[in-house]
Order: sequence, then C-alpha cells, then structure tokens
Amino acid sequence: MTTAHEPTIPPPRRLRPWNAVERRLARVGITGRMLVLIAPVLWLLVFFLVPLAVVFGISLATKQFGRPPYSALLSTEEGTVQLTLHLSNYIRLFTDNLYVAAYLSSIRIAAIATVITLLIGYPMAYAIARAPDRWRNILLMLVVLPFFTSFLLRVYALTGFMRGNGVINQFLGLFGIEPLVMMQTDFAVYVGIVYTYLPFMILPLYTTLVKLDTALFEASADLGARPARTFLSVTLPLSMPGIVAGSMLVFIPAIGEFVIPSLLGGPGTLMIGRVLWDEFFTNTNWPRAAAVAMAMLVVVVVPIMLLQRAQSAVVEK
Amino acid sequence: MAKKPQLAIDTRPWRDPKAKPFVRIRNVTKKFGDVSAVHDVSLDIYKSELFCLLGGSGSGKSTLLRMLAGFETPTSGTIEIDGQDMTQVAPYNRPVNMMFQSYALFPHMNVEQNIAYGLKRDGLPKAEISARVAELLALVKLQDYGARKPHQLSGGQRQRVALARALAKRPKLLLLDEPLGALDKKLREETQFELVKIQETLGVTFIVVTHDQEEAMSLATRIGVMNQGEIAMIGEPTDIYEFPNSKFVANFIGSANMVEGVVTEDEPDHVRIRSDELGCDIHVGHGVDCAPDQILWWAIRPEKLHLSRDKPAGIHGANVTRGMVEDIGYLGDMSVYQVLLDSGMRLRVTQTNTVRGNPDAITWDEQVYVTWGDTSGSVLTV
Repeated sequence: MTTAHEPTIPPPRRLRPWNAVERRLARVGITGRMLVLIAPVLWLLVFFLVPLAVVFGISLATKQFGRPPYSALLSTEEGTVQLTLHLSNYIRLFTDNLYVAAYLSSIRIAAIATVITLLIGYPMAYAIARAPDRWRNILLMLVVLPFFTSFLLRVYALTGFMRGNGVINQFLGLFGIEPLVMMQTDFAVYVGIVYTYLPFMILPLYTTLVKLDTALFEASADLGARPARTFLSVTLPLSMPGIVAGSMLVFIPAIGEFVIPSLLGGPGTLMIGRVLWDEFFTNTNWPRAAAVAMAMLVVVVVPIMLLQRAQSAVVEK
Repeated sequence: MAKKPQLAIDTRPWRDPKAKPFVRIRNVTKKFGDVSAVHDVSLDIYKSELFCLLGGSGSGKSTLLRMLAGFETPTSGTIEIDGQDMTQVAPYNRPVNMMFQSYALFPHMNVEQNIAYGLKRDGLPKAEISARVAELLALVKLQDYGARKPHQLSGGQRQRVALARALAKRPKLLLLDEPLGALDKKLREETQFELVKIQETLGVTFIVVTHDQEEAMSLATRIGVMNQGEIAMIGEPTDIYEFPNSKFVANFIGSANMVEGVVTEDEPDHVRIRSDELGCDIHVGHGVDCAPDQILWWAIRPEKLHLSRDKPAGIHGANVTRGMVEDIGYLGDMSVYQVLLDSGMRLRVTQTNTVRGNPDAITWDEQVYVTWGDTSGSVLTV
C-alpha cells in the first residue's frame, strides 16, 4: 500500500505592512534587534552617561561664587573660544592627606564589612539552599523583608539598640555590666553596613548554592572526603561566583556609603562619602566634590574590571 | 599478565548453599515519613557478581542502592559488606564507591583531578596517584583527555570518567546508578559490553540499578526484580525471562500474553487448563503445584507462539486456537502479529523474518491458527 503524497502546504505568509516596514528599515541598516535596544541605550545615555560627563566637566572647573558655583569651561574672549581645564582639584586629591586617608579608610571599612557579611551570609545562604522546599521561600522572604521599610529608618533604628541607654546596654545592665560605648564608633559603622547589606550577600550566594547538584557532595563523601573536606574542595570553589558577586554588591556601595557613617559613625570614622558631602554642601566646592566622585569611580571600577577579567578567564579555562 | 580472576558468572556461587555472600542485606526497610520505599528486603550478593536491581520508578531500587552507599540509613534491618556490619557507617568510611546517574563529576576539576580525588583523600603519595590515574585513563581509553574539564567531554566520555573515578580507589563493591541511562541507544549497546569487560578484568563486585530490562538482561549475572519496595524475584536472566514466578514479573520483563484458566486435570506429569479467553484447552507437559478447579494464570512469550494457515495437530486436542490477523508490525528482523481470537482477546505473536521479502507471508485479515509447545508457557498462581 502506498499513500499518495499530499500537495505541499505553502509556508505561512507574514503580514504585508510589516514586511514593507522591515524592508525599508533594513535598507538603512536598522534591524528589529536594534529597535529593541534603543530604549535602554537612550535611558543610559540620558540618565547615566550625560550626567557623568557633566560631573566630569565640573571636576575640571574651579570654585567661584555665584550660580553655578563653579567656573565655566568654555569662555569667549575677544572672539576666541577658550577651553580652561583646571587640574588643581585632582592634584589636590593627592597632595592633601585627607583625601588619600579617606579613600584608604573607606576601602578598609568596606573590605572588613564585606568579609564579615560574607562570614555571616554564607552559612545563612547555605542553610536556606539546603532547607526543605516548603521552607525555602519563606526563609528567602524573611531575608528580603527588611527592604519593605525605609533604609534610613532601619539605620536610625539601630541607634536605639546601640546608644548609651539603648536596648543592648539596658539588657547588659540587668546583669550589672557597665554600659558599652557603641555609638559613634567604627564598630557601629560595621554593624550598620553588615546589617543593611546582608541580603545583597545572601541572595547571590543562595542562587549559586541552590543550583549545586547534591550528587556532587555525595560523590565527594563517597570518595572518602569528610564533610569539612567536601566543603573546602567542592562546595567552596563551586560557590565562588556567588561569593564574588555578593562581595561586589556589598563592597562597592559600602565604599561610597554616606548615611551609615554619618548616623552611626563618630568624628573619627573617615569615609569618602562623608568627605564628598562636606565638600559639596558645607564648603560648596562643587568642582572638588566632583573630582572626589570621579576619583572614587576610578578606585572602584578598576578593581572590578580586573576581577571580572580574571573571572571570565577562569570560566574559559 | 595477571591471572583472570575467578568470576561469579562461571562459578555461580548462588547455586551453592554453602557459599558465603559478599553483600548481605537482611530485612532492610526504609521509610520516608509513612511511605516505605524499601520494605523488608533480604538479598545476598556474591563476590565478583554483576548484580542488577531492575524495577520501575518508585520501586525502591535506587533507595536500596543509596543505603548500600551510605547516603540513607535503613529504618530497620542490617547491611553487611564483606563480613562487616555497614548499617551505620558513614559513606566516607565504606569500602564502596558509586557511579552516579548524573555522573556527578566535579565541574571545576579536570579529568585527572576528578579521578585523583578519592586517591588524594587516602593520602597516597603523589607519584602513586599519578601512576594510578594514568592506569585508569588507559582502562577507559581516555589517555589524551586528562587535562579536559567535564564540560569539554561528550556524554560517553563523561560516563567513562565517572566509571574511572569510581574505580580509582579499587573498591570491593561498585554501585552503579543507571550507568548507561544518559547515553543514546547505539552508544549504550557498545558501552554495555565495555562495562562487562571491565568488570570481568577487575573482578570487582558490581551492583547496577536500572529500569531498562534489556540492559539488565545483557549485563547481569543475576537480576533482582523490584516492585513497590519489595523484591519480586531473584534469578539469572534466563530464569527471570523464561520462568517468571509471578504475573508481575512475567508482565514486567519482556512482553507476555496472559490468560486466566481453570485446572481441569491435575496429574504429576501434566496439567490441563481450560481457558475461555483462549477458546481452547492448554496442555502443560509437566506437573504444577495446583488443585483441580483452581483458577490460575498462564503466560506465554510472543516468540513461543506459532502461526499457520492450516490447522496443526495440537497436543492431546489442546494448544491450538484460531483467530484473525488484525495488525502487523514489521520490525525488520521480525514481525509482530496481533491476532484477534473469537473470545475478543488479542494475542501478540512474533515471527522471525527468515525469508527475504517473503511473498507468502501471513497478512492482514487472514484466518490463522495459533499453536505452542506443551512446555512453552508458564503457569502462574500469584
């Protein structure tokens, strides 16, 4: 028995007007994919690149009284256009010890806080990733819950815990322990940063840990590795992407943190965010503030780029 | 040249009541909550056997394997390996290695590091580790792939790395969870023989979990068929196929035509069963443990039935029935006929296609006679 071949069905035709539009656009070299990209590109251009360029421009001006409180870069004098670029702000960053010290101190505080966040966040993320399915979403919800209240409010609430007659000291007082000085110290700043940035550490760690095949841990145990060895040889290296991502998410904003050091830190807590604020609002030195901001960008961006390159090299290997 | 080890396939220690089993599973039950995944399983496995645990999903075969590896602890019962009670021993202290269904290769380590992982845990000297790794790479024919990462390997290569890694510590017992499950059909057939060859050269005891009965048939020295957490039958592949002990085993392994019948004659040398479904009597040429008027089942494999256009003689006026060819499935090497009997029952009959393009082959809508030998079927009481 043979079956007669059905006549071949013609391929479905696309709507005519779209064909025409597409053809016309293609002639000028525009494809659908480019159209989709226009929105985000425009957004980034208007709200990120242009403001960044403006800040960079201001950083090359000098302070003056008036509005705006900085000199113009371009001036017309006797028919010639003059471009005046002042590098004094940048030179000042290197010559004045305050700025170098503030940068170093910011990096140190952010780094220590990141390590503490990692040490607290990793076990939490691990526990959530290994929790039974029905618990996992509830636990994740609890991690994200603080975001439902204002960041400022939460940091301010911490003062209620740590001040001289705050909750902690009152509790210690029950046992006759002298009140501890916690507010206006670096300790309070660490508590603030670790507390507010913990979710940013836990979430990327969780997503990496939850994807790890439990068979890998079993295989490690099966081959004679005790739990600690399995953790060091299998779990830790495989969760490295999460560790890096979480650390970056904590470290980068922590460097420029302003609210936490001003609310919780003391006069001795030197952080670049506060220096910037002071330059901008107290000294009304916009160009100096802009230079501080640009320098911070370089300080943060360069290590990130190096790190990303190192990471992608590892992945390719 | 190493002497070929004494293999269980040749000595068949399970036929010797005095032989000492290597793995002794005694009344093992595993409950998850209220559900028992494994229920009161007792099983002896002998040295250098290639034992297959065969069952559908949820039959408890994987749970049993995981208890042997130490990933699960039995709710009750004991597991002994090589004379030692292993029931409560942690996985990293057992002389057992496992090859995982997903292979579970460490993605951040290359092939050599994966294979060396277990050896490093034993604290072997570096030179010995690299010698052992080279030996294993040669065994699985991956000498040139030592520096590759798992994601740079094909499925078949990954499977071999997983096998090499599991063999690296020279375990007394190797557990394999669906070792060929992730391979395509052709590769699977090649790898089956490879696996048996490796097992026979090393003489290691293998316990293989599989849901693929063909795989179990071609690999195993013995098969344990599992159903709903219990062992339904243990036996050599031929026993399981030709002499199933229950309706479940007859249906689960291969395909079988099964009919219900009533015993009309119960003699020591033969039994006669009347089957309305079949439309004829069944003459069984050996004694069966049954009573007259007992209702039982009779199962026969499709290849043990014969088709003919002319009425065959039959045996004592039995073992012949008539029907119409309703459907034919041509598989190349053989054809599967579906024969509709007068009772409305359908018999599945396979015939080997010995003649090329046979013009005289039985075809659709033909009236045919179906016949079988007096010892071809199995009488089943459960």
